[in-house]
Amino acid sequence: MRILVLSKSVPDLVEELALDEDNGELLHDDMTYVPSEWDDHALEEALLLKEEVGAEVTVLAVDTGDVDNMLFTALAKGADHAVKLTGDFDLATSNRKRAQAIANYLRDNTFDLVLSGVQAIDDIDGQIPAIVAGLLEWPHASVVTEVSIQGEQIHFRQEYGGGLQAEFSAQAPLVLGIQAARKPPRYASIAKVRQMMKSSTVDEIDASADTVPELEIRRFFKPVAAGHAEMIEGDPEEVADRIITILKERKLVRG
Amino acid sequence: MQKAKPIELELAVVNGIELPGHWNRMFEPRVISEYDLSVLDQVTSIEGAESLGYCYQCGKCTAVCPVDTVGDYSPRKVFRRTQLGASLIDSPDLWLCTTCRNCLRVCPKEVNMIEIMPAVREQAVLEGKAPEELLTAFENTARYGNPLGEPPRKRADWVKAAEVPVPVMSQHKAPVDVLWFVECYPSYHPRGKDASVALARLFNALGIEFGILGTEEKCSGDSQRMAGEKGLFDMLAEHNIKMLSKYQFNQIVVTDPHAFNAFLHEYPKYGGEWPVQHYTQFLAPLIDQMNLTRPIPKKVTFHDPCYLGRHNGEYEAPRNLLKAIPELDLVEMGHCRETAYCCGGGGGGMWLDSFVRDYTSQRLSEKRVREAVEYGADILAVTCPYEVSRFEDAVKSTGNTGKLEVKDIAELLAYSAQLI
Repeated sequence: MRILVLSKSVPDLVEELALDEDNGELLHDDMTYVPSEWDDHALEEALLLKEEVGAEVTVLAVDTGDVDNMLFTALAKGADHAVKLTGDFDLATSNRKRAQAIANYLRDNTFDLVLSGVQAIDDIDGQIPAIVAGLLEWPHASVVTEVSIQGEQIHFRQEYGGGLQAEFSAQAPLVLGIQAARKPPRYASIAKVRQMMKSSTVDEIDASADTVPELEIRRFFKPVAAGHAEMIEGDPEEVADRIITILKERKLVRG
Repeated sequence: MQKAKPIELELAVVNGIELPGHWNRMFEPRVISEYDLSVLDQVTSIEGAESLGYCYQCGKCTAVCPVDTVGDYSPRKVFRRTQLGASLIDSPDLWLCTTCRNCLRVCPKEVNMIEIMPAVREQAVLEGKAPEELLTAFENTARYGNPLGEPPRKRADWVKAAEVPVPVMSQHKAPVDVLWFVECYPSYHPRGKDASVALARLFNALGIEFGILGTEEKCSGDSQRMAGEKGLFDMLAEHNIKMLSKYQFNQIVVTDPHAFNAFLHEYPKYGGEWPVQHYTQFLAPLIDQMNLTRPIPKKVTFHDPCYLGRHNGEYEAPRNLLKAIPELDLVEMGHCRETAYCCGGGGGGMWLDSFVRDYTSQRLSEKRVREAVEYGADILAVTCPYEVSRFEDAVKSTGNTGKLEVKDIAELLAYSAQLI
């Protein structure tokens, strides 16, 4: 079983987003980037499968700048190989284009299972796994948990409304968008990451991307507040009186 | 059956006195040789953890271990359990030690938990067996340079509240006398920032030429090292030394005893050797210039930080500063100086609160706060950035709100000098 894990770096929300409000542009170079949390879950699920059935795990990132640290961290956690797709990419590269490059790579390299985070905080569209699967005409499922390998079959689950769960089985090759791993993503000790930086390499693969149909982002902006909550101040008696007055004004209490 | 081998030191040096070990070497196999010692051997074969094997079960450590008074942990028990075959790496024991150093102070065999704990913990971290909350602190430190997960770009934002000049070295572009290494909690924690503001105003009032690294500073990493993340410590030490080396200054002054420990004993190993003082040591000789005029007519007791006192031998400077404040009545608790109790925050304890709670009857900070109240103190004076928040929480959780205040010595000095 050869598993490919797709990883992507996203703006770190611990720092404030750098937004040029006049032009409606995100200033990518002024932001720090961290591995997407959902991709960390996809990697964890892959590593659990590796421990269970002996899969070989490759982690892949599109070279949008500083992705090496992310890839070496994945190697330190237990991935077997790291691949970086180089070419005309940057932090603003669309998911459509990234998916095209990943699909091209998958045409040339044999994998049984592709795991990706279900989405990322900078897209919230979950398109990468779906488009990769579409381009390759492979089966795909999204918002998936509990992947397991049962002989020739790959089993996994989805959750529906009303608490209903569904269990699926599929044949390789297959692309899955992982909602959450069975365990919290593991920690890679810094000593191990640094050791990986010295002892292992990231395979760089030229992936000059084709022209793809893309959307244009008109602007980024922060939502304008429509109204504000009223903070009721004063001692408990006064606050209680004010609450009762409001409830009466809105006719929410009888009498 | 494995044959017992002599495990004592040939020669131990305790407080400068040589103690040859020949008189207590084993001539006959003792009962311990009837155990399967492979688990103990696994631990003592880890570099740094060898001395666990020296334990001869006298139990002196148990009597002074701050964790044993609220739980079921002491170095003697660690040895015994390991000897009986219980894996230390899989045991909660591994995460309960705060590296307070009280056991080593009394141990006749120099079983050194200060070296054993980080060594064995490092192994556990590598095997993925460390508590989740601790790993979060490691990850935050690796990513943001502070265990709180606060934005690195805001590390120097606290200076706005100081309302006095706090030069940041990258903009200052001139040599300074004192490079103030502020550390994480004094930069980000609301109560830590209060102490930083107080200290900044004291430095200004004293006319000290000082500067800080600002966003170029990262956590000194000493507690992460004690908690088993040596690689993270390496990375932080290399970074801080690189940043410090860019600038000219005569000495480093630190707010945090843990940083003090790192700069004194660890950073020199990485090529970072500068004269360093804890801020209480730096200020104590300047008492006459501090204009301490506003009285604090309160009963004040002082909690010795483990890494200032037991680890590094400084007991007088903080006391001299407190005694210089008019009308301040300094009372000592039963556990003071060398025998001081521990706040529970050291050795990673700061980031293991939920974990430790499952194995202790009360927090160490709660036990200490009860002791301060017992001695009739109005104010618990501290001088380690972990302690203000830990003890303030403990004051609340032990129902002592209104009875006991927790203040950093910098806050008390700045108040007395009418700077806050």
